[in-house]
Amino acid sequence: MPHTAADVPFDPEDATRDEARLRRFLHGLPGVDRVGLEQRAADLATRSIKKSAKLRAIDTAIGMVDLTTLEGADTAGTVHALCARARRPDPDRPGVPPVAAVCVYPDLAGTAATALSGSGVAVASVATAFPSGRSSREVKLAEVGMAVAAGAAEIDMVIDRGAFLSGRYGDVADEIVAVKQACGSAHLKVILETGELATYDNIRRASWLALLSGADFVKTSTGKVSPAATLPVTHVLLQAVRDWQAVTGVARGVKPAGGIRTTKDAIRYLVAVREVAGERWLTPALFRFGASSLLDDLLMQRRTQLDGHYSGPDYIAVS
Amino acid sequence: MADTAENAPGTGAWDYDPAPERAELANLRAHYRPFIDGAFVDGTGEPLKTSNPATGETLAEVGTAADADVGTAVTAARAAFERTWSTMPGTERAKYLFRIARLIQERSRELAVLETLDNGKPIKESRDADLPAVAAHFFHHAGWADKLDYAGFGPLPRPLGVAGQVIPWNFPLLMLAWKIAPALATGNTVVLKPAETTPLTALAFAEICQQAQLPPGVVNILPGGGDTGSTLVAHPGVDKVAFTGSTEVGKLIQSRLAGTPTKLTLELGGKAANIVFDDAPLDQAVEGIVNGVFFNQGHVCCAGSRLLVQESVAEAVLERLRGRITTLRVGDPLDKNTDLGAINSPEQLAKIRELVASGESEGAQRWTSPCALPDKGLFFAPTVFSGVHQSMRIAREEVFGPVLSVLTFRTPEEAVRKANNTPYGLSAGIWTEKGSRILWAAEQVRAGVVWANTFNRFDPTASFGGYKESGFGREGGRAGLEAYLDV
Repeated sequence: MPHTAADVPFDPEDATRDEARLRRFLHGLPGVDRVGLEQRAADLATRSIKKSAKLRAIDTAIGMVDLTTLEGADTAGTVHALCARARRPDPDRPGVPPVAAVCVYPDLAGTAATALSGSGVAVASVATAFPSGRSSREVKLAEVGMAVAAGAAEIDMVIDRGAFLSGRYGDVADEIVAVKQACGSAHLKVILETGELATYDNIRRASWLALLSGADFVKTSTGKVSPAATLPVTHVLLQAVRDWQAVTGVARGVKPAGGIRTTKDAIRYLVAVREVAGERWLTPALFRFGASSLLDDLLMQRRTQLDGHYSGPDYIAVS
Repeated sequence: MADTAENAPGTGAWDYDPAPERAELANLRAHYRPFIDGAFVDGTGEPLKTSNPATGETLAEVGTAADADVGTAVTAARAAFERTWSTMPGTERAKYLFRIARLIQERSRELAVLETLDNGKPIKESRDADLPAVAAHFFHHAGWADKLDYAGFGPLPRPLGVAGQVIPWNFPLLMLAWKIAPALATGNTVVLKPAETTPLTALAFAEICQQAQLPPGVVNILPGGGDTGSTLVAHPGVDKVAFTGSTEVGKLIQSRLAGTPTKLTLELGGKAANIVFDDAPLDQAVEGIVNGVFFNQGHVCCAGSRLLVQESVAEAVLERLRGRITTLRVGDPLDKNTDLGAINSPEQLAKIRELVASGESEGAQRWTSPCALPDKGLFFAPTVFSGVHQSMRIAREEVFGPVLSVLTFRTPEEAVRKANNTPYGLSAGIWTEKGSRILWAAEQVRAGVVWANTFNRFDPTASFGGYKESGFGREGGRAGLEAYLDV
């Protein structure tokens, strides 16, 4: 939470009016103690989620998956297959909810939009020279416009880590603002690429920078850099949206992405959402998993919970 | 198979199902007996019943030691000291200690469940904090047994003889480890009295001594009440007394031993200040405050029961703190998701209630977590008093329960002055991102343990002990060996 006296309302516009104010604001945020943060994350990860609470968590997690394929080898065919899974993750079990979105590269956004039309599953597209973000502003904005025109309802942009790490916060903020504008009504997820930000203090600053600049979601990673999402990093993002809500009244979302592969992992994230940000964030509108293989395990564990035994990957339609 | 609609997404709050650890793992027996000279024997004292504070159910009947049994145990310990233990090479003593440490690890699940049943602390803590620390303490001291020449007390430091040890109920097995491991490593033998309400893990430890084939008489465990303890500490055959417990009893022991050659170390009460400066890492400070005062239901002598927070961040910290405390889960100690378990005894619960009532009548503002409490058993919801002044009882007396008193300060000097304005001096916490301030405050605060940007972290290599009415002598680490050596 930014240090503002109780009688002085927090004003995001004032904080971003110029580079100097932005820097002062970001560097005025309370520090993050690495040891304490990691200890808390590890402690919360020992929660034991069983029986109906587990089943509920699995269904909640399925509904929060941004089913992702971001490979150079992607084709219309692989995207079609993915969209079919997104609509009906486990065709034998009609009770399984659809996933939240399918996340693809911009050139395949149109394919996904057609395949998902009428399903309620959103098309998300990475843009802004994903994953490195190294291109000109014009090219990045053009890519966003192209993805939105093709039917993407959600844009996952990457921040300019080079600018952020060299302290040019204004450049990073301007770019997010410009992308947000190019998004129109599409939701904007801002990827911080936390694996490149080096410290939790930086991750906290980058989260606030993104929120101040209009991000609907803060997202940990592209999935192309290691480490990708971790529990402690996600705690920092959850604290940021919790505090943002406390000072503005507006709830923004969090998306950990990369490296979350098992139901056990996913449940640990949901516990963190519940206990760090609050129950309110346990909805696809405010929390997503960026994942490709997680859905397989969620479906297998769901069957295990309902059938009383584990069947293995041959009984679900893997992608 | 049809899907169940129950607990489907979007239907109300997501709560955790009960996830209880199995009570049977404790291998609980109906009867326990004192352990003297390597054997479990009938004590001549009146048997006591120990109960589960979370349910009120009786767990077991425990034979106790009367005066005569204390004498037998001290004689056995003396014989073991003279015949085997003090003359045994350190490398051999180390083998026994390593063996005990490994057996504790092997039986840690059983011991954790037994501790939780008898004490009321959450299984999460007995499993993840107490038991690993118990094993670590034996491993650490096993390593010292053949290296005492290098402990800084000169060549061939000599043991004292028979140690009479009396321990409290808040960390039954861990306090046993803090007492027995250094005594044995340095070549002393032991007669230990566990607390009246929590004797079970000490007697399970006696079994481990048998399993490790520890020579008879080296460790003797005498369950009993205060009478047994006072007989033990005053016994002329005891060369050294180590006591952890209340300052009141500590003073009695000290006056009792005045003028005798018996050596004494005391680890007594505390009223630790947890000082949060305005440049603290606030989210972690909130975690540290919660851990500092609610760990083990606040039954911790070094608990950070006084929060001193800089005025400029006081509101922000209190708001976060209340939000965080609301997420604490109070209930069945065996449930793996329980954060606060049961209060150990009706007497302790009455004491907490009495002090909380005094806080209210003296004008402090009480806030109590809206958490649900179980219908039966001894529970107390986490409570925070703000607007507390130094003169109030809740700022001066040890509550030994889940109750935090919040005071504010303006300058670092005021923080230190308030922190030191207590008869106690066991521990303190300092929260700031500024290294120089940590070093300055740590020098100014009169407390045996000072934590910086953390709280309630224990390690066998770090010595623990107090200033002023929190006692004297150190436990753990190199400094802790001195209490059991003739130096």
